Formats: sequence, C-alpha cells, structure tokens
Amino acid sequence: MSAARTGRDMTRGLRRPGAVVAVLILLVLTAWAVAPGAFTAHDPVTGIPAERLLPPGPGHWFGTDHLGRDLFARTVHGTGLTVRAALLAIAVALGGGAAIGLIAGFSGGVLDDVLMRGIDVVLAIPGLLLSLAVVTALGFGTVNVALAVGVASAPVFARVMRSRALHVRHAGYVEAARLAGSGPVAIVLRHVLPNAAGPVLVLAAVELGAVALAVSSLSFLGFGATPPTPEWGALIAEGRDYLAVAWWYTALPGLVLAAGVLAAGRLGRTFEAEGRHAR
Amino acid sequence: MTARGALRLLGGAAVVLWGAFTVSFAILYLLPSDPVSIMLSQSAESLDPAQVQALRERHGLDRPLPEQYLTQLGNALTGDLGTSVTTGAPVTDLLAEALPHTAALAGLALLLAVLAGTGIAVLASWTRARWLRAALLALPPVGVAVPGFWVGLVLLQLFSFTWYVFPAVGQDGFASLVLPAVTLAVPLSATIAQVLARGLDEAWRAPYADTAFGAGASRNRVLGAHVLRNGSLPTVTLIGVLTGNLLGGTVVVETVFSRQGLGRLAEQAVTTQDIPVVQGLVLTGALVFVVAGLLADLAHPLLDPRLRGRRAAPAPRAVPA
Amino acid sequence: MSVTSERSPRATAAGRAIRGSAVEGGAVAPVGPDAATTSGDATTSDDVAPRSDVAVPPVTSDAFGSAPALLEADGLTVAYRGTEVVHGVSLRVAPGEVVALVGESGSGKSTIARALTGLLPDGGVVTGGRAALGGQPLTGLTPRAWQDLRGARLGFVPQDTGSALDPVARIGDQVAEALVVHGTPRAAARERAVRILHDVGLDAPAARARQYPHQLSGGMRQRVLIGLALANRPGLVVADEPTSALDVTLQRHILDLLTDPAGTRGERPALLLVTHDLALAAERADRVLVMRHGRIVDEGRPGRVLGAPRHAYSRELVEAAAPGAGRTAVAGPPAAAPVLEVRDLAKAFRLPGGGLPLPGRGRPGAGLAFPGWRERGTGATEPGGRASGTGVALPGTHGPDPSRPGGRASGTAGLRAVDGVSFAVAPGETFALVGESGSGKTTIARLVLGLERADAGTVVLGGRPLGRDTRELRRRSQLVHQDPSSSLDPRFTVAAAVAEPLVAHRTGTRAERRDRVAALLEAVHLSPDLAGCRPAELSGGQRQRVAVARALALDPELLVLDEPTSALDASVQARVLDLLVELQESCGTAFLLVTHDLAVVRRVAHRVAVLRRGRVVEQGAVTDILDHPREQYTRELVAAVPRAALGHDPAALAGAPTDEGEHS
Repeated sequence: MSAARTGRDMTRGLRRPGAVVAVLILLVLTAWAVAPGAFTAHDPVTGIPAERLLPPGPGHWFGTDHLGRDLFARTVHGTGLTVRAALLAIAVALGGGAAIGLIAGFSGGVLDDVLMRGIDVVLAIPGLLLSLAVVTALGFGTVNVALAVGVASAPVFARVMRSRALHVRHAGYVEAARLAGSGPVAIVLRHVLPNAAGPVLVLAAVELGAVALAVSSLSFLGFGATPPTPEWGALIAEGRDYLAVAWWYTALPGLVLAAGVLAAGRLGRTFEAEGRHAR
Repeated sequence: MTARGALRLLGGAAVVLWGAFTVSFAILYLLPSDPVSIMLSQSAESLDPAQVQALRERHGLDRPLPEQYLTQLGNALTGDLGTSVTTGAPVTDLLAEALPHTAALAGLALLLAVLAGTGIAVLASWTRARWLRAALLALPPVGVAVPGFWVGLVLLQLFSFTWYVFPAVGQDGFASLVLPAVTLAVPLSATIAQVLARGLDEAWRAPYADTAFGAGASRNRVLGAHVLRNGSLPTVTLIGVLTGNLLGGTVVVETVFSRQGLGRLAEQAVTTQDIPVVQGLVLTGALVFVVAGLLADLAHPLLDPRLRGRRAAPAPRAVPA
Repeated sequence: MSVTSERSPRATAAGRAIRGSAVEGGAVAPVGPDAATTSGDATTSDDVAPRSDVAVPPVTSDAFGSAPALLEADGLTVAYRGTEVVHGVSLRVAPGEVVALVGESGSGKSTIARALTGLLPDGGVVTGGRAALGGQPLTGLTPRAWQDLRGARLGFVPQDTGSALDPVARIGDQVAEALVVHGTPRAAARERAVRILHDVGLDAPAARARQYPHQLSGGMRQRVLIGLALANRPGLVVADEPTSALDVTLQRHILDLLTDPAGTRGERPALLLVTHDLALAAERADRVLVMRHGRIVDEGRPGRVLGAPRHAYSRELVEAAAPGAGRTAVAGPPAAAPVLEVRDLAKAFRLPGGGLPLPGRGRPGAGLAFPGWRERGTGATEPGGRASGTGVALPGTHGPDPSRPGGRASGTAGLRAVDGVSFAVAPGETFALVGESGSGKTTIARLVLGLERADAGTVVLGGRPLGRDTRELRRRSQLVHQDPSSSLDPRFTVAAAVAEPLVAHRTGTRAERRDRVAALLEAVHLSPDLAGCRPAELSGGQRQRVAVARALALDPELLVLDEPTSALDASVQARVLDLLVELQESCGTAFLLVTHDLAVVRRVAHRVAVLRRGRVVEQGAVTDILDHPREQYTRELVAAVPRAALGHDPAALAGAPTDEGEHS
C-alpha cells in the first residue's frame, strides 16, 4: 500500500503545470547541448558577411550578428559549453562542500569549529569577487571559470551538509546504532550519509541555475570562452556594441539563458518542497 | 548589548577579516602563477631578466612566502594594501577613488530593493484575491533567474536607445544612476520578497495569530500587530547578507553601464591580472560584509526581545550573487 | 454554508500539503505517521475489536440537558481539502457547564474546537450541520461577525506550545489587545490587563505586563492565555488541550483557573474542554463526550462513562486510563546479585550563562534540553519537556544549539542534573525512575547506558563497573527510546533495523540472523509481513514494537525504557506496556523505566524511585510509595494525578500542592 503511495508523493509535484514547463525547457536545452547540429543547419562560427545584423525572421529565428552568423545557431551551439561549465561547477561545489560539511558535522568539537569558521570566512567574501580572485590566479577560460564558481559555491553545500549531518547524528536511530555496537564508520556510511544526501542533492538542483548564471556572468565579463567559441555570456557581451541597432543580438540569447535558469530553479524548488514533504 | 557582547562581535569580525585576507593570499599567491609572471604574460613588451628581478624585488616576491604573508598582513593592518602592478598607484587610493560612486549606486539599489521586495511580499500576504497573490509570488523567481547583465542591456536598449529617457553611459547626476540601480535591485528585491513572503506566511499560521483571532482581532490588526513584526525578522538578517554581497553585483552592472566604481575596478584588475588590486577588492568586499552583518546583528535585538542580552542569531546561508 | 479560515490564501505547495493532511490542525499533529497511528494498527493487536462508530444521539436526560443550551451543534461535519474528518457531530453546552471532549490524536476533537471558534486552519471547511451560540449561528459568519463574537462572547484558550503568545510583544499589551478590539480605550485596557494578570495568579502583575513571553515559564504563559481568553467575560470558553504541555503538578492549578476563574463573581463561564486525558476529563467535567474517528461514540456523566462505557472504544480508554494494581516485587533470593547497581551518581551540566532573564534560572532541574535528547512534545501525550517550571529552553534556542559552534556559550554555569543517586535493579525486575521534567531521570538513564560520563559515582552492570571500554558492556544494556519516529532510521526496513545490533556484533550467519529477526518480531507480536516495511509505513505503536525487538536482539540483561509510551495514544500505550510485562516474564530481562507517568509505573514497575532536582526523594515498592507516600513531594505528585473519578482514592492529602517553581 504505502510503497505505491510514497512513489506517487514523490512525483506529484512534477505534475504541476509550472514544473511540466520547466521540465520541457530543460529537456530542450539538454537536447541542444547533446546534439546541437540536429536543431540548426547554420554554422555557428563562420558567418555570411552579406547577412550582417539581420533581424529575426524565417531564415534566422534569432537574427544574425555583426559577422553574419546565425544567432540561433550560436545560441544552440553555446548550450553545451554553458551547461558543461555549470555541471562542473556544481560538481566541484558538491564534492568539496559536502566533504567538508560531513567531516565538520560528524566529528564535532574543535575540528568542526575550525572548519565552520573557515566556511564563514569564505562566505564573507562576495561570491563573484571570490570567483574573480580564483580566475585571476588560474587564468582565463571556461574550465577555470567553472572551477572558480564551484569554489565560491562550495560553502553553501558545506553548511547544508553539516546541518543535516548534525541533525542525523543526534537522531534517535544513530544513538540506537551506537548502543547496538556499530562503529563510527558504519554509522556514517549506513545512517548519516544516506539520510543527509537527499537535501544536499536537492540543493545541487536548486543551485544549478544560480551557478549557470554566475558562469555566464564571468563569461560576459570576458574571462571565459575566447571569442569565436559560442557561449551564452560571451555571446551577449558581443551584442553590447550593437545595442542601438540590433536588439535581438542580446535580447534573444538572454531570454534563453533566463528561461533555463528559471526552469532549473523551478525544478529545484519542486524537489525541495517534495523532500520537505516526504520527511 | 553588553560591552562584552559588543567586544565579542567585534572580535568575531576581526577574525573574519583576517581569514578573508588569508584566503585571498592563499588563492592569489600560493597558486602556481605569481603576479610578475602573470603581468609579463599580459604585457606585449619583453623585459630582460634583470628587470624581472627588479620587479620581483619591488613587490617583495623574491622572499619566502611566510615572510611575504607576514609583511603583507602587517602592511594591511597599517592600511597599506600595496601598489597596483599596472598603474603603480597605491591600491588604497584606487579603492578610495572608486568607493563613492559604488556607494551611491548600491545605496539607491538597496533602497529600491527593500521598497519593491517589501511591497510585493506584504501585498501578496495581505490580499485575499488568489490571482493577485499568485501573480505577485510568480515575480521573485523570475527576478532571481534573469541575468543582471541582460537586464541592464535590455533597460539600456529601451530607456536609452529607444525612448531616450536615461543616459546610456556616464555618471553625471541622478539620471545616470537610475538604470544601474534598477538593474542591481532586481535580484535583491526578488530575494527579499521571497524570504519576507515566506516569513509572513509562517507568521499568519503561527499559534499567536490564532490567539489574536480568538480574542476578536481583525485581519488587519493581526497583520499590523503581530504578523509584520514576526514575519520580517528573517528579512533583517537577509538584508545584511545581501548588502554584504552587493559588491559582487556591481562588477557586472558597472561594466554594463560603463560607470567608474569598485565593480569596474575589479573587472579591470582581473582583466590585467593586477593581483594587489584584486586582493584589495576582496578585502573590501569582506569588510562590507562584516560591517553589514554587524549592523544586522545590532538591529536584531531591537526587533526581537528574545535576543536581547544574548548573541544574535547566526546569519542564514548567503544568497549567491 | 461554509466557514473558511481568515488567514492568507494558500502559502507554498509544501505548506499546503502539510496543512491539508494534519487532521488535528494545530502544531501538534505530525503528518503521515500520525494519520497511521489511529488506523494502521490492524496487523497487531493494537486495534479495538469491531468498529461500531455509530454516532450516539445526544443524551438529554443528564442534569444539564434540560437547561437551555448556550452552545448547540447539530450534525456538524468538517472537511480538510475535500476529506471529511468530522462526521456529523452534535453537542450542547449549557451555561456554566463544563463539557469535556475526549479523544486521541486524529479523533477530530481539536477540529471541532476550531470549527466552533472559526479558527480552522487553511483548507478546513465546515461542510454541513448547524452550530449556534446563544441562538446566533456559528456557521457562515462573515469575518466581521466573528470579530464581534470571538473574545467577547466566545473565548478560546490554545495550548501553550511556546508560541501561542506573540514572542515579540509584551504580555500586558497582548492581554490589553483583547480588550481594545472590543472597544475598551487603550489606557483603560492596559490597567485592566494588569488586573487580569493578577487574577490569573501572576505575581507582580504590573512588572509581568512589561515582560515578553519567553521571560515567563510555561505555566505562567498558559495562565496569560487563560486571562486573555477571559478578558471580556465570555459566556463560553473553548480550551484546546490547555494543560497538555505542563507538568502534572501544574495541570491542577491551570484547571482550577479554567473551571473556576477568579474575578468572575460566581458566574463561571461554560467550558468546552478538549483533551486526550480521560482521567482529567472525568475529574473536571460535568459531562464527557468521547470522540473517535470524527464521531462522538459515547457521552454522559463522567461516572456513567467510566463506570459503564457504552462503546467498545470508551471501554478501552477507561481500561487504559485505569492504573494497574501495582506489581509486587519479584520474589527472588534477596542475595541475588543485582543486574545494575548505581552508587552516588552525580552529573553536572553546563548551562549558557548569558544572563537569561528567566524565573528560577540555575535552579536544579530547570527544563534542560539536552542536544539530541530532547523530551519531545509529540502529539497528545506531552511529557512536559518544554513547559517545566522554568523553561530554560527557549523556543528555537534549545539550550546549547548543536547546529552552531558559536552557539556554545562561553560563560557557563553548572547545573546539577544528578546529585548523589543510588539504587539497584534485580534480575527480572522493573525499577522505575519517576519525576517531572528536569528531575534528572533521563540523565541517569544516559549515564547507565554509557552515553554520558558521570562526574562522580559508579555504575555497576552485571558485576562489572562501567568504564572506558563500554562496547562489550553495551550489548548487555539496551535502550528503548521515547520517540519511535526518530529512533528508527527512515531508510531502514523493519528487518534491517532489528538486525542492526546483530550485524554490528557480527553475530551468526545471514540465515541465522534472519531467523532471529523473525523470532524477535513474533515476540513483539508484529506480523512477519511487516519485515520489509519502512518506519513511515508503520503506526506509532508498531514502531515502538520494532524498537523493543531491536533492543532485545542481543539478549541484554537490562533494558532501559525511556518514556516508552509517552508519544503514543492512550489505547496503544496500554498494549505496548502489556507487551513489555509479557516479555519481561518470558525473558527475565531487568527493566529500568524512566517516566513521568505514575499510571505507567503502576502498570509495569515493581519498585520505584521518586526523583526531584537530581535527588532521590524516596524509593521502595510501587504499592508502598504510591499508596502510602511518606514525603510531601511524592504526595503532591500522587495527588496531582486525576484518578479519583476512576475509583482509586488519591492518597491522603496533607497539604495543598504548591505551584512549584512558577513564581520567582
């Protein structure tokens, strides 16, 4: 009876209209990232000089840029880089942050104090400035930007992981496991990690959009992908110089980015609400 | 607030600043590259080894790292953050010059954000029209999701290049401040609206609201006497955190609107990989965060009697810029 | 015709789901598991025999039945988001009458209280029937009409869960608000508020009026809530579990205040008392209504309901509430070596020293909340963890906050939680530690289990002192935790949870462990079908059975039972206690029982030690101590338990119990 019920509970939130639209948007973006060539016949890198700065129309859905390149093609081909950078950043934040949080939360005492003080310090530096410092040290490029954003996002994961680990550590069943004779490693692996992982993974979903935004912001500032390569932030930056004559240059790729971030955030919050409900 | 409590707060702030210094030093100096070689890779002209060595000595980079760290820390304590590698100007001068522009921008943005965020949340909480509430609460997720640089560009396109209402660039007078401030305020107001709306909803559902209803109080009275005050407590901490993170947002906004300020300075310093300036900006960011946090900590007991005489509640997790 | 809530339209999706499924409406009802508690026990014996939930027509032959009714409800039905939870309830309350509405969590009793006061949570709607107060309909009222009615003619006393008073507003202003909204000028209202605070028994009322709720104890806050509800002298007061969060000696005073408030000059208001405690209802009410599954199943004068229950369910409740005769001490050779011997045990805790302006701070036994070992207020039976005499634990700032390193106080003051306690437990015996919250009973249990280290004294388990190497000793003493919802890992199946101790000690092969688990489940009367279930799919009673099975897996010599039934409903409690007695008789395990509930002591324990402020007040055989207490404090404890109506005369009262710890 109940197994079926919990299964239904977990997917119920996904059936709301907003979540359905969010899933559709994310599916389209994933498809663009995996197989951009299937969605556009235009070349994203070499343009046709005769077709410079054409407004959106049947031939060029998003119009063309100052070199006569199809902007829809550039947006579609830029998806992969942006998504991969965001996923790399999330992986860095999740891996590093969760490890620190788990150690702090489960060890307690002085180690916990020191680690959390460190996290407080990193949180005191505005995220974008911290990312900029890392980029300064590592050099420019999409991978470095992703690493930098990941480092700046890690403290949030550390905090959530720690608070979950602490919560679970003090739960009755962990005490019962101790009394039953289980050692600390067994308790972490069997009780703490499985019960703490859910909220942290949900946080990863929630943060994915924010991280994609941060990566794009750094690219927009010119620290990410180098010019001919299509990437959303860089793409929009190129359009800056043509604001007065080609509104589509910045507006349409920006809309795609906003839609993606909004969809990721919507889905993350759905998971978050479901997780809270299930607990 | 007792003298001891105030001392503890200040001590904590000092520790955070020292930590921020150490973190930025670790990132900028321990990673394989050093300022001079980065600078040389940027400059077109090639220097001979003697010149490179002279440059290293001038910036103290020939000494062992612990010594560099201690020297820099000592200098920072006396207000000396070194000199810019590219311009040779003292970092503190550069910061001081840029600060007023950014402060004006950030102040106006914060004001707009608080007004808009509070307006959205309170109206959504107060109204009984479900459609209005749904419409209002749909705004914040959008505000958080749209990229700041894109909002800025769209505003420029509309208000500067289409309707010619506000100037596109420059920083003469109030008119030039409006668009950047609005751009900066969009994500802030969205976050404030989200947290405040959640706080107000919780307060409406709290048992004390039932107690007041049970005594015969009207909806407006319960809102005014109980819900607003209780529901806005988390927002006070949030505003502190948002203020602390404002500097991050100004990097993009000042770049989009070509304004001089700390954010633009940061963009330029990273582009030229001017490490002392980047470090100075990181420290400034941490200082702003710490001061904003202190102010929020001091404001909290005024609103919440439970916190009087004890340490203020810890800040909620920072909202990514 | 519908009464909708006045609050904001819906909040978040999560909030919607939570509110929608919480039948009891208030903050007390946990969601999924709770719903299962009342109905999901069918696979064990935890269910009442045949269901015959037919509404009993209102009894009109009772004394008050012929008087003109003040409150009258007829066929009231209430639904949450389309699910009907109250099915046609009819009741009447005469002027001045005290009517008790008794039921377990999920029975719909609080829903009725809230429907009658127009305070149904979001999503709750009165879908049918009529209700009227003094002839004025209570259904289909406009918000404006509710405002005029509530407070003025209809008072509402919520349970003090720590947030029933606005935490950021002064006490006096909150009481004055009740007067101001009904037209009293502000200045006069403030003066009256002080007078009201005096009437409900607060010392220094003028000073108290300027304090904030967190500066008052739980008992004082409940008094303020009563004063607030009575401020305009309403004809009817609806009180929802007004004493459930309080220690037993305090309950009596609060009920006195409700049933005979000062300053009413003899015209006492009618009272609709919603409670889960049948004994308390029987002692205080003129008439008792027993609710189950959203219907009234029994109704009548307390003597009649208790003496000749008409419904199988009320019979069950009566049996559960009746104290056992007390078990006689185990007849064994007196020289038999005790399983557990505790000598001069002492333990002090560090308290945050940051100038908490609480009454009686630093007093031993102030409601101390241990991180991770909080006495939880789960549902109906609240052991009083957060409402003790002083309530050091603020809502939201429970002692040292385990989630923040900075939360740890640097200036600390010692608190003697356990102060020179000695006792011994013989094999096959149940030894009870009884006391109110903060008496140190739970700390002793933790010291015995080796979960805390004692400052002084020794714990000898099976002839060997508890030392540093506790792992081997641990398998000889096991714990059954108070709250079965947190003592089982939500991700573990029942079988995995029971097998965990066997796995940890590498006992037996996989097949042997499976057989052992099956045998243990059988021993606690759980169907083998449940072995693959997860805790969320079990009822509270079933979960506690799993916890017992797990604790017995290693054949311990001593089982520590920490409030083993306080999170369970009354009828389920009785069956879990019976199971424990049965297991003890078949296995010969010694029990160390920690409880605040004297009825549990009578049912399960052979010998008892009464604890107060970390010291043993007196100890001995249960029948001796509870029937012939020598110490004043024990007499108060015994007297505070409302059981006179159940046919057990309370021990002779040598003096009125004092309102311990309430005034500073």
